[in-house]
Amino acid sequence: MASTPTLPPLLRESGQREVFCGLTSIVWLHRRMPDAFFLVVGSRTCAHLVQSAAGVMIFAEPRFGTAILGERDLAGLADANEELDRVVGDLLERRPEIRTLFLVGSCPSEVIKLDLAKAAERITTRLRGRVRVVNYSGSGIETTFTQGEDGALSALVPLLPRCDDDQLLLVGTLADGVEDRLLTLFERLGVGPVRSLPPRQSTDLPSVGAGTRLLLAQPFLSDTVRALERRGARRLPSPYPLGVEGSRAWMAAAAAAFAVDEARVAEVLDPLVERGRRALVPLRRQLEGKRLFLMPDSQLEIPLARFLSRECGMDLVEVGTPYLDRTLMAEELALLPDGTQLSEGQDLERQLERVRAARPDLVVCGLGLANPLEAEGIATKWSIELVFSPIHGIDQAADLAELFARPLHRRELLQWN
Amino acid sequence: MELTLWTYEGPPPVGAMRIAASMEGLHYVLHAPQGDTYADLLFTMIERRDRRPPVTYTTFQARDLGGDTAELVTRSIQQAVDRFRPEALLVGESCTAELIQDQPGALAGGMGLGLPVVNLELPAYSKKENWGAAETLYQLCRTLLRERMPAPGSSKPAPDRWKSEGRRPRVNLLGPSLLGFRCRDDIKEIRGLLGEHGIDVNLVAPLGARPSDLLRLPEADANVCLYPEVAGPLCSWLERNFGTPVLRTVPIGVGATRRFLRELSALLGLEPPQSNEADLRSRLPWYSRSVDSTYLTGKRVFIFADATHAIAAARIAADELGFTVVGLGTYSRELAREVRAAASDLGLEALITDDYLAVEKAMGDAAPELVLGTQMERHSAKRLGIPCAVISSPLHVQDVPARYAPQMGWEGANVIFDSWVHPLMMGLEEHLIGMFRHDFEFVEGHRSHLADGAPSRPAGAAEVAQAAAVAPSPPSSLSSSSLQPSSLPLAEGALIWSVDGEAALRKIPFFVRGKVKTNTETFARDNALGEITEEVLYDAKAHYSK
Repeated sequence: MASTPTLPPLLRESGQREVFCGLTSIVWLHRRMPDAFFLVVGSRTCAHLVQSAAGVMIFAEPRFGTAILGERDLAGLADANEELDRVVGDLLERRPEIRTLFLVGSCPSEVIKLDLAKAAERITTRLRGRVRVVNYSGSGIETTFTQGEDGALSALVPLLPRCDDDQLLLVGTLADGVEDRLLTLFERLGVGPVRSLPPRQSTDLPSVGAGTRLLLAQPFLSDTVRALERRGARRLPSPYPLGVEGSRAWMAAAAAAFAVDEARVAEVLDPLVERGRRALVPLRRQLEGKRLFLMPDSQLEIPLARFLSRECGMDLVEVGTPYLDRTLMAEELALLPDGTQLSEGQDLERQLERVRAARPDLVVCGLGLANPLEAEGIATKWSIELVFSPIHGIDQAADLAELFARPLHRRELLQWN
Repeated sequence: MELTLWTYEGPPPVGAMRIAASMEGLHYVLHAPQGDTYADLLFTMIERRDRRPPVTYTTFQARDLGGDTAELVTRSIQQAVDRFRPEALLVGESCTAELIQDQPGALAGGMGLGLPVVNLELPAYSKKENWGAAETLYQLCRTLLRERMPAPGSSKPAPDRWKSEGRRPRVNLLGPSLLGFRCRDDIKEIRGLLGEHGIDVNLVAPLGARPSDLLRLPEADANVCLYPEVAGPLCSWLERNFGTPVLRTVPIGVGATRRFLRELSALLGLEPPQSNEADLRSRLPWYSRSVDSTYLTGKRVFIFADATHAIAAARIAADELGFTVVGLGTYSRELAREVRAAASDLGLEALITDDYLAVEKAMGDAAPELVLGTQMERHSAKRLGIPCAVISSPLHVQDVPARYAPQMGWEGANVIFDSWVHPLMMGLEEHLIGMFRHDFEFVEGHRSHLADGAPSRPAGAAEVAQAAAVAPSPPSSLSSSSLQPSSLPLAEGALIWSVDGEAALRKIPFFVRGKVKTNTETFARDNALGEITEEVLYDAKAHYSK
């Protein structure tokens, strides 16, 4: 690997943040595990947040909901635990297909110190194993956006059966189609067995043990990794599977851990790399030299910055991240170009001033900021799309680049004279 | 504790944001964790606003809770005032902040900011968005007008004082706000309408108003309460304290617009409007009388919306389009009484709920041919394969059209005629496509505009007239089940549909087929018939049409 880049000091910001809370991750987690239900124990705000972020109205009966705390629950007139048991009972009666119930803590439930861990234990016992109940916090006072997935997966770790056999465990939600493709490639490489966390069925939990090698599909899983390591698993350090370069390095890391020789890796992956690079050529033409500003949001900012600068030729103005986990980002940071300005946390108004002053060609940001910036003449790409779209792997590199090229291309197309 | 899978209304602070974002020169400091910033997207995405709502969130975190969150509040307030220099400041707290009791409003009051500060106490665990909007507008106006209140016992201003003051009468239009349904266009329509009748608009609020404009509220001869969900409490307060009379008739539909003009003219001492104005100005009356509209007669319509739009829709449906209203309800509990009264006038019991699944069930049970509702009812109707038009908030981005599309006034009536009749026509077209799909002219691969989600309908090959003849007139005694997808599985209770019976059933228009099937099976069971033939179907039809 090349020498470590010289980066200016990290800009640490603390002020108003414009980021979703961890509850938002329910939006993709419930689709990943169709036999699971996510019950937020919170307020009407929580319910409104999740549905607004998800555009839920398309679902007949979504596999997530909110047990809305009322004044009686807060005043202690109603025993909140009894009430929760009642709500869960009603829910499970109506949805007998549910096998795992996630009780998701929120800001209000954390503040009133409602013990959801105890509740989960109590309800699991009462249901005698028919439904497994686990809990985690998606509260905005403790988690941001994608960190909710970290909470959910950490909550599953104690339930994983023990097995010390060699296996590769992919950690982090991948689109099903992308996952299938990656599994095919691992099979071609001779890496296996390969399992995933989260699994596609909440009851089909992978095992974990001394032979387990962790390959992170997503960069926001700090707690999950620590919990898995405590159970004997070892993390394979690697960049994340975004872009041709990152995805190849990611697969190669697994191959090395499974003693696949490099010639075999090259034989399987290099034709894909070649094709992936060819597909990127026209997109690189559109993106090259364009100046990019990433607002802190999904925690994917650093791997995206690495991909967009190294493979698409974009210039990085500022790379924001809600929080910086230097361990999980080490391989990514090493690949950033010299001089990349990283910022951690947010002071929204000051950051917007930097955006206006820098006039970047493209800003990656949340939904609340996109149209206002467009109205100021600055092109944007909403970051939430990145957690829904199949963007991982060598074969998806061009699609990923296209997400960023499209807003620029569109601006070129439109004319009014 | 209440299980909610989806909610029609956000929490009260979202209502307060609607007021702040609708106005100019007003800023809202909300003591809330970072997650609450999601509410920005309601305005920037759904309303496509070109700027962020004027809201500063304190975004406190767990680690702040041990320390001094009050300091965070005062810092955020000071920064917001310094940066945005608002004319007035709203200060409030979210559901979580309510629990930690920093009392941001009181803190702001003690900061000597030199501008009016409204301390918003919006109980997030018992109230909802519309209530929050109404309370915010009322509290804001009360704070700003506190010093201008006439002494108790002062004489009320006469609504026709304009005559002696040598000017045109003037009114306030109250209640239009962002995320309200078509408010932008309604205001334009009503402003024009009033102008034609010699009435000036003194002030529109909250949409487009500044806090300093609100000081002019008492200068109006009357207040027009256009959106009672948002402006109801303010109008009552202005009436009580400033003696300004309120017109509460909402001018949605031809009849309501005529009534609105009559009542406003009477209130202000103006000549009554011409009786033929509606025919001259709106196309709805003639379109509805024209022979093409005959087929609209008795169409079964199910309505669920905010109270204002639900009540208006029921009246238009029954009186102006000749539909049969088979269900009426609202999620606006504050105005449940008014909706109950409107339902009772139509011989119905109003559905007052915020459980969309209860609404979907009622919709299915009522077997309507058209649904008028919110975006959620559109989705429910789509699942049931019933045409739908959206008439109320909560909104989707497509409910904020680029074109001029008011609901109020004469043009509003035109828009309503088009937007309700169009989906019905599409529904009928869908049926005809189903019927003729075996004809040789028919192009394979036709895609339904109802798209995915609508139950697929098996083909029939019959004349419309014949199909219509088989369909029973509005169902009578039976309690109906929801519309079944007509894949014709064997009915329980060992009922068998014969080949000719099944074929006859398929000739029946899809929108009544479920009803006919249920009726016929009940008839067969009651008469101990094991097999349903074409004849049994006709016997059942005769039985129920008695």
